[in-house]
Amino acid sequence: MLESFFASIPTMIILTGALVGCASTLVGTFLVLRGNSMLSDAISHSIIFGIVIVWMITGVASGPVQIIGAALTGVLTVFLTELLFSTRRVKYDAAIGLVFPALFSVGVLLLNVYARDVHIDQHTVLLGEIGFIWLDTVTLLGYDIPQALVSMALVTVVNLLFVTLLYKELKITTFDPGLAAALGFAPAILFYALLFLTSATAVAAFDAVGAVLFVAFVIVPPAAAYLLTDRLWLMLVYGAAISVASSLCGYVLAVAWNVSIGGMMAVMTGVFLMLALLFGPRYGIIARAHRRSTERQSNDLRTVAIHLYSHENTAGQDEENVARALVSHLGWSDGHAQGVIAEGITRDMILRQGNLLLLTQKGRAEARAILEPWRQG
Amino acid sequence: MLALLNDYTIQTVAMGAALLGISSGVLGCFAVLRRQSLLGDTLSHAALPGVCLGFLFAGSREIGSILVGALLTGAAAALIVLLLTRTSRLKTDAALGIALSVSFALGVVLLTYIQGSGNASQGGLDSFLFGQAAAILRSDLWIMGGIAGAALILVALLWKEFKLVSFDPGFAVSLGLPVVALEIAMTTMVALAVVVGLQMVGVVLMTAMIIAPAVAARQWTRSLGGMVVLSAVFGTLAGVVGAVVSATARGLATGPLIVLAVSAIVLVSLLFAPERGLAWAALQRWRNRRGLEGRQVLATLHAMATLHGDRRYPVELGALDAFHGTATRATLSRLEARGLIRPVRHEPETTPHWELTQDGLAEARRLDHEIGGGML
Repeated sequence: MLESFFASIPTMIILTGALVGCASTLVGTFLVLRGNSMLSDAISHSIIFGIVIVWMITGVASGPVQIIGAALTGVLTVFLTELLFSTRRVKYDAAIGLVFPALFSVGVLLLNVYARDVHIDQHTVLLGEIGFIWLDTVTLLGYDIPQALVSMALVTVVNLLFVTLLYKELKITTFDPGLAAALGFAPAILFYALLFLTSATAVAAFDAVGAVLFVAFVIVPPAAAYLLTDRLWLMLVYGAAISVASSLCGYVLAVAWNVSIGGMMAVMTGVFLMLALLFGPRYGIIARAHRRSTERQSNDLRTVAIHLYSHENTAGQDEENVARALVSHLGWSDGHAQGVIAEGITRDMILRQGNLLLLTQKGRAEARAILEPWRQG
Repeated sequence: MLALLNDYTIQTVAMGAALLGISSGVLGCFAVLRRQSLLGDTLSHAALPGVCLGFLFAGSREIGSILVGALLTGAAAALIVLLLTRTSRLKTDAALGIALSVSFALGVVLLTYIQGSGNASQGGLDSFLFGQAAAILRSDLWIMGGIAGAALILVALLWKEFKLVSFDPGFAVSLGLPVVALEIAMTTMVALAVVVGLQMVGVVLMTAMIIAPAVAARQWTRSLGGMVVLSAVFGTLAGVVGAVVSATARGLATGPLIVLAVSAIVLVSLLFAPERGLAWAALQRWRNRRGLEGRQVLATLHAMATLHGDRRYPVELGALDAFHGTATRATLSRLEARGLIRPVRHEPETTPHWELTQDGLAEARRLDHEIGGGML
């Protein structure tokens, strides 16, 4: 059973993609909430430099040494960016955009020079080769498991431990850095730890999805989850779910259309984001439009109720409390006035008697509640 | 060297690099001033799907349709950023990251689709990732030049408006300028700059060419006009150096070389630009500290002299060191060189002692007066 599970190439690929997504979501959630999403872009580009340097020094192209070594470059990028910003000569966004291209360029040039000896070429750097992960396997407990899957599983576990053990600290540092500092939570250290894990995840995911597609997995699932919920833990869960779904759908579509698997998975995260943007229960465009129209409708009903109430049993009643008055006095269009009256009748607030519009008991209570709230017990 | 300049390819490459430098240098200035540096990053990554779509549309590596495609997808990415920030609760950074990564992913998918479809002429498409100067044709230059020229004319015509919107959008609105339209025009120009540089630098590193020349130029001048001109010069310089090196040395991608050249220019500018240079600032700080040390030691000598009612009261080196909590020997030597103090012997002690000269007394009194009140 397990044997066939690990022997199934599609399963391995989808699992790796899902783990890339989950590990990235765990750290990405906090980056998105802090407003530092673009740091993941900087990190993912500049780890190329780290990967090449570590390879040149140690000759190792994967494994824990490579992950930790190259991840330090990611932290270095952020450190240099902050240093450049602290000189006050450059704005923060420009500082980001100055540091990572330089490191990335050095990395790519080194790759050019040592192209014959390194296992990575320029292409892999950007696109990844998730379809080929089964070419590089390790034997674990008697099963041949792709190296990339093992690294990703390890990184996911580490990220999960980091987030669960430091959940409260991360939460406070993210939402109220001032309070976190006052309580002695060392927000700066926590921030750099988060960035270190982001870099480590980027290095581990590098073989599978490359540098740029990684950015999609860090930013897009948490952003989509952010549109769906206000709860931090739910955001993490939704983000992970979106990652898994993207990996699955991405694989199926990529195989069907014979295109890059990693690319398709990343595109799918974007599709899920669009779905969340449109159909989110609270912040979705449709939900908000619906809420707006409902509110406008009940506001119109209130307006009519007040209008009828203030002219009820007065001399002008025959002239005021008719449909035409709503058009001429309230400036509504004919159709709009008719629609509101119909809705009022449906909701049992208005009665029609010939031309005259009368308030029901309920409609009168509604108008009174607004005009004379003190009468309510 | 002369033979190198006469080489046809090198000439083409250098001209392309100059076009790249001028357009991204000039147009990047506005992006940097408006704090939209990372929009350049997003637009350049978003050019990839456009390159592929242009290729699919034309069926070959035809530069015109590829550049139009890149421009269109860049504009679409900018629109998505706008849509996400306006209609959802996502912040700008997340919106930029989303547009960047998803459109790049789309580009990757299209790229593999083209490769899978076995089109024989797709070989040149990869060069759009990291740039390949040697792949530029003389005919491409006309198109690049046309786009760059159009963008520059637009800048010249709307110079005053762009300046106002960059520095004080609120004031621009109050004057009745169409600020939204101008902002769209400026964003479009970033996309244009990306498109011009695409063949040279590639989609991944184009962001550096938008940001770096402008940042470097900003260090040297306070005027927008000066900044734009300098930025174009820096961009051209980096472009030509990187492109020529890449075209002569085999196997080195052009984009990274250009980016390294422009990064070096930024580094030099940050360190040595007059007024804003970090090196000058550090030098000034060091000078100030030294001057302050001299004043402090002089004030101490003066205070001792006043306390003992003797202008020539000799103060021992060790006492000065202990009082200031630091070695004062070098400071004393500098004061002596200025003729403000002189070393004296104070028998029977053998340690060095110092006293004020006539000038030193006058200087100490002047300083004392300057800071408004005595040490004692």
